[in-house]
Amino acid sequence: MTARVKLGAQALAVGLVLALLALLIWKVAFDNNGGGVAAKIDKGHITSAPNFTLSRLDRPGQLDLASLRGKAVVLNFWASWCYPCNKEAPALEQAWQKGDGHVVVLGIDVNDFAGDARKFMRQHHVTYPIVHDSKNITSPPYGLTGLPETFFVDPRGRVVGHVAGQVNAATLRAGIERAQKA
Amino acid sequence: MKALLVLVAALAFAAPALASEQHPTLTELENQLMCPVCAGETLAQSDSLPAQRIRAHIQERINQGWTRSQIKRELVDIWGTRILAAPPRRGWNLLAWVLPLVGILGGAAAIAFLAWRWSRRREEPEPLPGPWSLNGRPLDPELERRLDEELARFDG
Repeated sequence: MTARVKLGAQALAVGLVLALLALLIWKVAFDNNGGGVAAKIDKGHITSAPNFTLSRLDRPGQLDLASLRGKAVVLNFWASWCYPCNKEAPALEQAWQKGDGHVVVLGIDVNDFAGDARKFMRQHHVTYPIVHDSKNITSPPYGLTGLPETFFVDPRGRVVGHVAGQVNAATLRAGIERAQKA
Repeated sequence: MKALLVLVAALAFAAPALASEQHPTLTELENQLMCPVCAGETLAQSDSLPAQRIRAHIQERINQGWTRSQIKRELVDIWGTRILAAPPRRGWNLLAWVLPLVGILGGAAAIAFLAWRWSRRREEPEPLPGPWSLNGRPLDPELERRLDEELARFDG
């Protein structure tokens, strides 16, 4: 093999490896779900809550997040198969009942079958509104990395708090207070 | 005749594929789908609660007469493409299908090229030895004649 052909083949191989490396870096940096609202709020940036309109599971019809402006909203992402979601459901129900219409607890059922979600609601005597995200449209803009995840939205529609993982009465109270004060 | 054979072969392969699309089985689908909350396990390998629920849901859809594509589409809507064991053949995911093929073809082409060069080199005759020389200069004809005589005497 002549030196020029050999050099060309080596350059081609190195170029191919660099191109694949660049592709990998681009994919990791710009194409993951962790870059949404969750990442921004965890860095201390307050951002507006991405709007959505989803079918309700607790009653017929749809619910639009923007229709809840003027109230503090606890956005809770959950699924029936998720163990910590089962554990935190009583605390969310309690926060909803205490809120007395001024605080809305809104459950968003993701990565789940509607039938299983309804069974979950019956088992845990859930009375707060629940919507079903059957097309997984909310996960990317909110940057979900697991379940459950909870966001606190102030009356102006801005996300002011985020809890990744199970919430309890204390974390809910703190988040709601922050949303009401903002 | 050849065309007929190709047609028969195509039908032989297409018929099971069509049957699998129209009447999928749970065993087949649980090997083509991943458990979305497990680390690298297919539905068939996982015994987690979500995997059990998804399997039950698939069986329900099969009983309702859904096709393989319809079932997969519904699950991709709910879980995203991470539920598929093989990436879809479109967009960036197409690279996962194309690159191995390009690698195999490129490797085969490189091996073929090297083999061709190697065999060609072996076919080339050995270069003939040049005229006798001393320090890179041809020998003097008189000296060469004397050398030949000496060598002949030595041999003989």
